[in-house]
Amino acid sequence: MLARASAAKTLLARAGTRQMSAASLAGTFKLPDLDYDYGALEPHVSAKIMEVHHTKHHQAYVTNLNATLEKYAEAEEKGDMATMIALQTPLKFNGGGHVNHCLFWDNLAPPSSGGGGEPSGDIGSAIQNKWGGFEDFKKEFAAKAVGVQGSGWCWLAWDPTEKSVRIVTTANQDPCSTTGCKPLLGLDVWEHAYWWDVQNRRPEYIENSWNIYNWSKVEERFKAAK
Amino acid sequence: MKTFGRWVCASLVLGVLTGTATPPTVAAQNLPLPPLPYAYDALEPYIDEQTMRIHHLKHHQAYTDNLNKALATMRGDPELKHLAKMGIDKLLQHLDEVPPRLRGQVRNHGGGYVNHDQFWRNLSPNGAGEPGQGSALQHAIEKSFGSLDGFKTVFSEACLGVFGSGWCWLCFNTEAQTLSVETTSNQDSPTSAGLEVIIALDVWEHAYYLKHQNRRKDYLEAIFAVLDWQEADARLRKVLHDATKEDL
Repeated sequence: MLARASAAKTLLARAGTRQMSAASLAGTFKLPDLDYDYGALEPHVSAKIMEVHHTKHHQAYVTNLNATLEKYAEAEEKGDMATMIALQTPLKFNGGGHVNHCLFWDNLAPPSSGGGGEPSGDIGSAIQNKWGGFEDFKKEFAAKAVGVQGSGWCWLAWDPTEKSVRIVTTANQDPCSTTGCKPLLGLDVWEHAYWWDVQNRRPEYIENSWNIYNWSKVEERFKAAK
Repeated sequence: MKTFGRWVCASLVLGVLTGTATPPTVAAQNLPLPPLPYAYDALEPYIDEQTMRIHHLKHHQAYTDNLNKALATMRGDPELKHLAKMGIDKLLQHLDEVPPRLRGQVRNHGGGYVNHDQFWRNLSPNGAGEPGQGSALQHAIEKSFGSLDGFKTVFSEACLGVFGSGWCWLCFNTEAQTLSVETTSNQDSPTSAGLEVIIALDVWEHAYYLKHQNRRKDYLEAIFAVLDWQEADARLRKVLHDATKEDL
């Protein structure tokens, strides 16, 4: 899953360059499989949400990303700059949606397979150093996640300029990279991520999610990001 | 400390005796949750009862509660209480006067409060069909969009094009004297840009998730089955009456 997310990001980053054009990318993106069953994250996130989130929402981003790239390729061939510019919005939205969700599935795990608990290792120490403890980190993360107006994401991220971990948020499907930071852990706070379970009670969803983060994957990303 | 303790006791006693243990002005000035003009199941089978209940009693209620908190804060500040007094509709047109620390709350919760009220009122169990023949709305739609189908096409495209959470609107620009389809993000209201609302459509996921999940297109079809063209016409006639007596 991590490899697929990385590959997707690289392909997107190189789209439009001479190395790899939209024409060769169109149709190549696919919905990744989850490493766990839809019901495996219950009772924290329901099977109902996981299935629709994966097979409908993420699939739609993949389908629309491929379709946008195809249109982009046609416009590129004709030198139709106006269309190429107009397609940047759906490219960002659907490409971001695909990248973000690949990361998301990857940073979740059933409690029986390592989900939840507290981070240790390098990321554990970084959180300790930055926030003084896991509880204080959780408080700031929850506050920022609640504070996202409408649709978006909350991220634990690595800031390569500040050389520090931080919590950032993005709107809609803007990927974490748009903040200049590298994603370590992401939480989808679009309503579709939690509405069926808790309706508008986003704080409850944020609280429940602490039980299913795959901190060993976060550690891997952290080591790769630094 | 002793003096303070005595002061607290005295205040409490006074509060209990006068029945003003919590200031009555706070509760009395809270905006109520705007009521639905119809029963929760009235829009079935197009908009299901469960969605209507949660949308009204949870989402809209939360906007109402949080708006009231922001208004109470402003009311309690001598430099800001004129903002609380002006009424939320007007306040959304004067967001720049709200201090930055409160502006987001007013914009989001005030917008949510007003937007949902407009939304409930432009749906009806007797909706659907089309604007009345010869009505101001029919005339204006033909002028601005060519035909009702022309309007529906533009409106649908706009609705489907809203990325993330937001609203789709049919608005009237009193200066240009034209109708236009607009979209806004989150709970932003087109009234903040000086436009008048003729039709409001909520395209946040919570508006349709239970029945349609991510199929916003299906939700839009359902909305056209309960859209109250008479209410939209009434809004336009009011705006035209208030703004100008000239024909479009």
